[in-house]
Amino acid sequence: MKIDFVHKQSAHCENGVASNLLSNQGIQISEPMAFGIGSGLFFVYLPFIKVNHAPAISYRPMPGLIFNRLAKRLGLKIKRIKFNDKQKAQRELEAKIEQGIPCGLQVGVYHLPYFPEEYRFHFNAHNLVVYGKKEGNFLVSDPVMATTTVLTPSELEKVRFAQGAFAPKGQIYYPIAIPQQLDWEKAIVKAIKKTCNDMLAPVPIVGVRGMRMVAKAIVKWPKKHGVPKANHFLAQMVRMQEEIGTGGGGFRFIYAAFLQEAAKKINKPVLNEFATEMTSIGDAWRDFAVNAARVYKKRKNGEDVYLSLAKELHVLADREEQFFKKLKKAL
Amino acid sequence: MKESEVPQDKSSLQNNDIQELCYAVNEKGEYVTALSSGWETKTIVQEATLAGINVRVQEAKTQVANGLVSPIVYFMEVNRMDLPTLSAYVSLWRWRVKRHFKPHVFKKLSTKVLQKYADAFDISVAELKAFSGK
Repeated sequence: MKIDFVHKQSAHCENGVASNLLSNQGIQISEPMAFGIGSGLFFVYLPFIKVNHAPAISYRPMPGLIFNRLAKRLGLKIKRIKFNDKQKAQRELEAKIEQGIPCGLQVGVYHLPYFPEEYRFHFNAHNLVVYGKKEGNFLVSDPVMATTTVLTPSELEKVRFAQGAFAPKGQIYYPIAIPQQLDWEKAIVKAIKKTCNDMLAPVPIVGVRGMRMVAKAIVKWPKKHGVPKANHFLAQMVRMQEEIGTGGGGFRFIYAAFLQEAAKKINKPVLNEFATEMTSIGDAWRDFAVNAARVYKKRKNGEDVYLSLAKELHVLADREEQFFKKLKKAL
Repeated sequence: MKESEVPQDKSSLQNNDIQELCYAVNEKGEYVTALSSGWETKTIVQEATLAGINVRVQEAKTQVANGLVSPIVYFMEVNRMDLPTLSAYVSLWRWRVKRHFKPHVFKKLSTKVLQKYADAFDISVAELKAFSGK
C-alpha cells in the first residue's frame, strides 16, 4: 500500500513534517510559514539539565509545540496517539496507511540507520512521515533527507520506542479536520506576537534574558569547570545552534524567510524590513558560532576570549530585544 | 546569509550522500533555499563532540580493566548514553543501574537483568559478561 505523498526536503524536521503533511492535504504551506505560525523561534537556557554532559540550551520550544500551535492558529484538528504496546503501535500505523492517511511520527535519532554517525545521539524529538508499506518495509519521508527512504519494521519499532528524555512512545499524528476557510492574517499576527512575548519574557532563562544569562555563565565556565569542560559546553552550544534542523543561525534565517513571506501574504510591507534585520542578526549568530568554534580549536585560551564571546552574546541579546520590541509595536 | 555564502565545506554529510537545506538571500534580497554540503565550524564542534565521547569510552575501558567499574559503564559510553537514558532503556531505577556499575554487584546479576542490558546495548549477554577492558 502506498499513498501518493509529495516529499519535500526541509531544514527542520518538525516544520518539514508539518509542511509536508498539510501540503498533502491541500493546504500549501512552506516550511518558514509553518515555523513562523507555530512560533518556532525561541531561546531557553536550562543549566540544571544536562544534554551530552553540557548544560541544555535550546533555540526552539518543546517538541510538538510548533505543530500544535500551527494547528490551533489555523483551526486544524490533529489527532495524536501514543502507545504502550509495540505490536499495537505497528498495527495502528498499518491501519492508517490502509485508510490512505500519511502519518507523522515522533522518533529517536540514535537508531536511524541513514543518519551519519556525527548526528546520532539520544535525541528523541525527531519527526518523519510514514506514507506506505512496500514488500514488508515502511516507506518513510524524513524531511531532512533529499529523497524518501525505507525502514524495516524492526528498525522503525526501534526508533519509535527510543527511550530517555522526550521518549516518543510510538507517537503518531495526523490531521483529522481542516476548515474550509483559513484566516492567515489572524494566525500570522497572533504567532508573531507570541514570539515577541516569548523572546521578551520576564523570565531569567528565556528569550533575550536567557541569552544574557548564558553570556554571564560563559565567563564563569573556565574558572568553575576548567578550560576543557568550558570548551565542551561551548561546542555543545554551537551544535544546538547550527546542527541539522535550525537552518543556520539558530533558526534566525528561517524566521526571516517567514517574515518576508508573511509581508506578501497579509500585505504588510513593513515586515520586509524586519526580515532584513533578522537576516543580519542571523549572520551575527553565525559569527558567534565561528568564534566559539575557534576558541575550541585553539584549546589554550586566555580569559579574554571568553569575555569577548560573552560580549558578543550580550550584543546579540540587545539587538534582539530591540528587534522584538519594535516588531511588537509594528503589528 | 547570502545565497553565495552558503558554505560548501567538506563534512561527514558527503559520506552519507546528504546535503543540508539552508535558507539564504538571493541577489534580489528574496529568501530562497540552498543546499549546503557542510560547514567547517560545524565539523569542528562535531569532531570535538566525537573526540569527547572517545575519551569517555577509553576512560571507561581502563576503569573496567582495573576492576573499578563493571562492563555496563563501558557499553553505556560506547552507546553514547548517560545514566538517565540507560535506566530508561532497561526500565530500572537509576540507583539500581548505578549499583550495577560496581563490579562485585555486576558479577551477581541474574541472566534476566543482564539480558535487559544486552538488549539496550544490542549485544549478547555473553559479550557483556566477557568484556574485560583489556
